[in-house]
Amino acid sequence: MNPFSYTRATSADQAIHAVAGKASKYLGGGTNLIDLMKLNVEAPTSLVDITRLDLTRIEDIPGPSSSGGILIGALVRNSELANDRRIVENYPLLSQALLSGASPQLRNMATTGGNLLQRTRCYYFMDTAFTACNKRAPGSGCAAIEGVNRIHAILGQNDRGPKSGETCIATNPSDMNVALAALGATVHVQGPKGKRAIHISEFHRLPGSTPQDDTTLKFDELITHVELPSPVFAKNSWYQKVRDRQSYAFALISVAAGLEMTVGKIKTAGLALGGVAHKPWRCSEAEKSLAGAAPSPDVFRKAADLALAGAKGYEHNAFKIELARQNIVRALTLAAHETQSSNEAGAQG
Amino acid sequence: MSRAPCELDDVDDPIDPAGFGSPATDGEPTFSRRSFVKTSGILGVGAVAGIPRLMEAETARRVTQTAPQMFEIDLTVNGKPQKLTLDTRTTLLDALREHLDLTGSKKGCDHGQCGACTVLVNGRRVNSCLTLAASASGSQVVTIEGLANGENLSPVQAAFLDHDGFQCGYCTPGQICSATALLEESKHGQLSQVSWRSGETATPRLSDPEIRERMSGNLCRCGAYPNIVASVRAAAGGGGEA
Repeated sequence: MNPFSYTRATSADQAIHAVAGKASKYLGGGTNLIDLMKLNVEAPTSLVDITRLDLTRIEDIPGPSSSGGILIGALVRNSELANDRRIVENYPLLSQALLSGASPQLRNMATTGGNLLQRTRCYYFMDTAFTACNKRAPGSGCAAIEGVNRIHAILGQNDRGPKSGETCIATNPSDMNVALAALGATVHVQGPKGKRAIHISEFHRLPGSTPQDDTTLKFDELITHVELPSPVFAKNSWYQKVRDRQSYAFALISVAAGLEMTVGKIKTAGLALGGVAHKPWRCSEAEKSLAGAAPSPDVFRKAADLALAGAKGYEHNAFKIELARQNIVRALTLAAHETQSSNEAGAQG
Repeated sequence: MSRAPCELDDVDDPIDPAGFGSPATDGEPTFSRRSFVKTSGILGVGAVAGIPRLMEAETARRVTQTAPQMFEIDLTVNGKPQKLTLDTRTTLLDALREHLDLTGSKKGCDHGQCGACTVLVNGRRVNSCLTLAASASGSQVVTIEGLANGENLSPVQAAFLDHDGFQCGYCTPGQICSATALLEESKHGQLSQVSWRSGETATPRLSDPEIRERMSGNLCRCGAYPNIVASVRAAAGGGGEA
């Protein structure tokens, strides 16, 4: 690990001022950053510790009704967020997704803001012995496209061959981000020029021509809060994660499904996929097809087909397309089922 | 051209652990490795105008990158206040093992994947290998050495003995610290992904699937898992197989 200077920030302004150049990084839980520094994938010359900032609360947003959404401080730990009773009751999708990720120890360390910024676990990004990685060394090519690409993307990837400086088939590894995409969260950030709010669908990005950029966040901007809109999927949601082990492993694919139900019909739907793309993959067309329909296997299969339109597999990950298709149907079925079990007097049989 | 940092040091720099810079004593021509590399380095890039200035800038940059930065740290470890001045790169695990001689916490993978380094920081279990000591400054740390009360083992320690919850023992300090925190988390009604699958999100019961899920951050290469689960079950006050 390269030596680095360490500064402990006592205010957001001070932290932003201290991250003066691209060689500086904010330090939150450190579960990803310190790991990547040990691997020499990240080599900041200065760390600005933000863990003492006052961004550790989960607050109700007052609204016209009692449910005006919720504001989560960027430094709220994953375990704390997953167990907050307001999240458990009103945003079970988020609690379930958070608890599907990592281990209890890591969830005690990892922060909300840091989870948003998790970097890919592409083997070729994580290992500097491989020279070709456009994400780690821009312009160097992509070793994954013709390498072992079991955990890689099937949607939204940039595939111009192994030699191109734009090729990248890395995936975003987070579970939390998938739930936030389905819930339609907003990320609040602060930079030297002031504050701005970024919708989750605009926060993470596809590789495009700059695979080194995971997000639209500028290097000196600090995530301060994550805002959840008023809860519409509280009763009907499910996070389905499929992986090589039953626990403590990254997703091969995951599905975050939320349904807003009224008298036996779907009013609105939130659907996002994890482990399939460079960003949490929001399935807008599938959501539209679900809205107004009565839940049924056919409706769910159609949504799955729409969600995976244009999916492309590689030597080791082509199985993910069918795996995703089946698990979208399963997640939607389980989400719809919640009403049946929790609302016995309801119209659904 | 890649260079080791020491090649850019001044000739009188004391850093020369292998003694390469010492004059040879066996009659061979005497020149230091450092000055040799320096000279050949300059000759190697040719006598192009401006190069010496670039070299100076490169030297300055490398010096800032290679000079360790020190930081003063206060920790309370197993109830005892500790003041340390450490390289900022020092993890909490290395601070405990190398600087405080508390070698109970183990370095397994050093990447947050095995859980052998698990300790309690302000009552919560964390991977000390991914925690910077500087960032943990001001915290209350409890390691495996701090769980027993004198000669009396903690309930989790005693349960691991009673139920043979280990073979080689390398992962055991981490397993025991983890299980100790697990029992506290469970008392406070914390959930796991198994709670969501079983539907027990109001008051999750520590069933065996719950114990296995909640201990999944601690790997045991001997495969003592059945006995680890039995140990945790016993420490939680459970009787037979849940």
